[in-house]
Amino acid sequence: MAKKLRTRKHRVVLNRSAGGDTVISIILTIFGAFMFLPMLYILMNSVKPMAELWIYPPRFYVVSPTLGNFKSLFSLMGDSWVPFSRYIFNTVFISVVGTFGNLMLSSMAAYALAKIPFPGHKWMFKLIRTALMFSSTVTSIANFITMSILGWVDTYWAIIIPAFGSTLGLYLMKQFMDSNVSSAVLESARLDGASEMKTFWTIAMPMVKPAWLTLIIYCFQGLWNAGASPYVYSEELKTLNYAIGQITAGGVARAGASAAATVVMMMVPILVFVISQSNIIETMGSSGMKD
Amino acid sequence: MSKKVASQTATRTEMTKAQWTWFQMKQHKVAYFMVAPFMIIFLIFTVIPVVASLFLSLTTFNMLQTPKFIFLDNYVTLFLDDDLWITALKNTLIFAAIVGPASYILSFLVAWFINELPPKIRAIVTLIFYAPSISGNAYLIWQTLFASDSYGWVNGKLLSWGLIDAPILWFQNEKYVMGLCIVVALWTSLGTSFLSFIAGLQGIDSAQFEAAAVDGIKNRWQELWYVTLPNMHSQLLFGAVLSITGAFSFGGIVTTLAGHPSVNYVAYTISHHLNEYQNTRWEVGYASAISFVLFLMMIGSNMAISKLLSKVGQ
Repeated sequence: MAKKLRTRKHRVVLNRSAGGDTVISIILTIFGAFMFLPMLYILMNSVKPMAELWIYPPRFYVVSPTLGNFKSLFSLMGDSWVPFSRYIFNTVFISVVGTFGNLMLSSMAAYALAKIPFPGHKWMFKLIRTALMFSSTVTSIANFITMSILGWVDTYWAIIIPAFGSTLGLYLMKQFMDSNVSSAVLESARLDGASEMKTFWTIAMPMVKPAWLTLIIYCFQGLWNAGASPYVYSEELKTLNYAIGQITAGGVARAGASAAATVVMMMVPILVFVISQSNIIETMGSSGMKD
Repeated sequence: MSKKVASQTATRTEMTKAQWTWFQMKQHKVAYFMVAPFMIIFLIFTVIPVVASLFLSLTTFNMLQTPKFIFLDNYVTLFLDDDLWITALKNTLIFAAIVGPASYILSFLVAWFINELPPKIRAIVTLIFYAPSISGNAYLIWQTLFASDSYGWVNGKLLSWGLIDAPILWFQNEKYVMGLCIVVALWTSLGTSFLSFIAGLQGIDSAQFEAAAVDGIKNRWQELWYVTLPNMHSQLLFGAVLSITGAFSFGGIVTTLAGHPSVNYVAYTISHHLNEYQNTRWEVGYASAISFVLFLMMIGSNMAISKLLSKVGQ
């Protein structure tokens, strides 16, 4: 996609007033503060010593920062009766396997839907697009029954397999392929005798790197933040997010440790986003829904 | 394979439509193998559940005995004899009507405002606005900010300024629960649609703005309406779908912040009601009726909004 950056200097000539700029800056600053200050407060709390967490009147800023909360987080983790490394393993395993499967299955399907004019591709994509219009809240009952029939209740698969079939990734991938993979290139590969699978893997996939990074991030983020699932009740199969929720539920004495835990949890998706932001935005360029 | 295909394509006129379709299907056999793994999982875990919940909603079923057909009884009970459902429906609609449009407009305005910032600064501002939506449990910080004792930041400030005499139990007070949950939901709502808007704005050809200026567009608001919005049509639709779907599923934040059930059910939503019948009482037939109504609400409002959006800027 060609980058069409409009320079600021250029814009001043066209319909920009100093008054409007000021108003917009003020509104942005207010919203920005609303979004950012709570995040900052979490960071502050995570490095506040106990004495500063419990002063009256409460103070926003930390005066003598400490890593004590992160240390106590580790000792709290040591106390839990399921080893904490198990929760970490569960979350990493679910996130990695679920994301990998979703990436493979969705890209393969997206390629076929976007680039092979087989009978039925239109209604299949329509169905997938319609599925974006309702959430998993609606499907949870029937899924519980399905899980019971398949014997997946209380296994990792109850979380992983449905993630394989999540639709947002496929939707974005298909849209991106529509506008960024040239059919002519694929056609010439086919004429050279490349199989459809080979064309997909060696020609189309390298062309849609931004889209699969986006898909990885969405899927990973969702699974990383997955809390208690209604389909899983064994303590040793539960996720990091759930375990950290338990630390937080320990009440006021753990306010510091719980802030530290939140910081650790949120750092992962935020870092991933920072690294891949430009790719995600590029993918979103073709996210639009045509009616 | 491809050579054979090329010679056969010429004969299309000699086939009936059914024959042609069958021929196409054979020719693109591999495509079905490529979509099959995804489609099978998608059908099992997304499409069939919707159909199944329609059928189960016409029965009484507790997961142990075989379902018994009772026709529309579940729906009759739901709308005529379940006060809690009416509360849940009302709260969900209020919530969706506020948070859906508010998060949508906020996402668009912020994306529009930051569009002209230099790329580096724009990336940082994007992160600031987007971060809460991907930070999992980070919204728990609102519980700390609005803690019920005087150590909570808000209570502490109000007390020290002498505006209140005793700490307010924010998340246990009927007056504040819904409002606070709406604020927190908004805080976490600048997600995928926000990124989609940013990308859409970046993709508009600058020549269009120049042409518009020549044609007599006088200020940025006219430019927004006559040039930007019509160009953003498909992103606006995508964003609307995600906002609506999200707003109707509201419930998790309330459970975490205000407990379940929230005080006097002031923030009790359809998602809570569903959970109650599904996971606590095991009345699967009744729960299915609830989830089917929720499904219809989501699909219905998405269709309506799509219609409405097709008029934007035209």
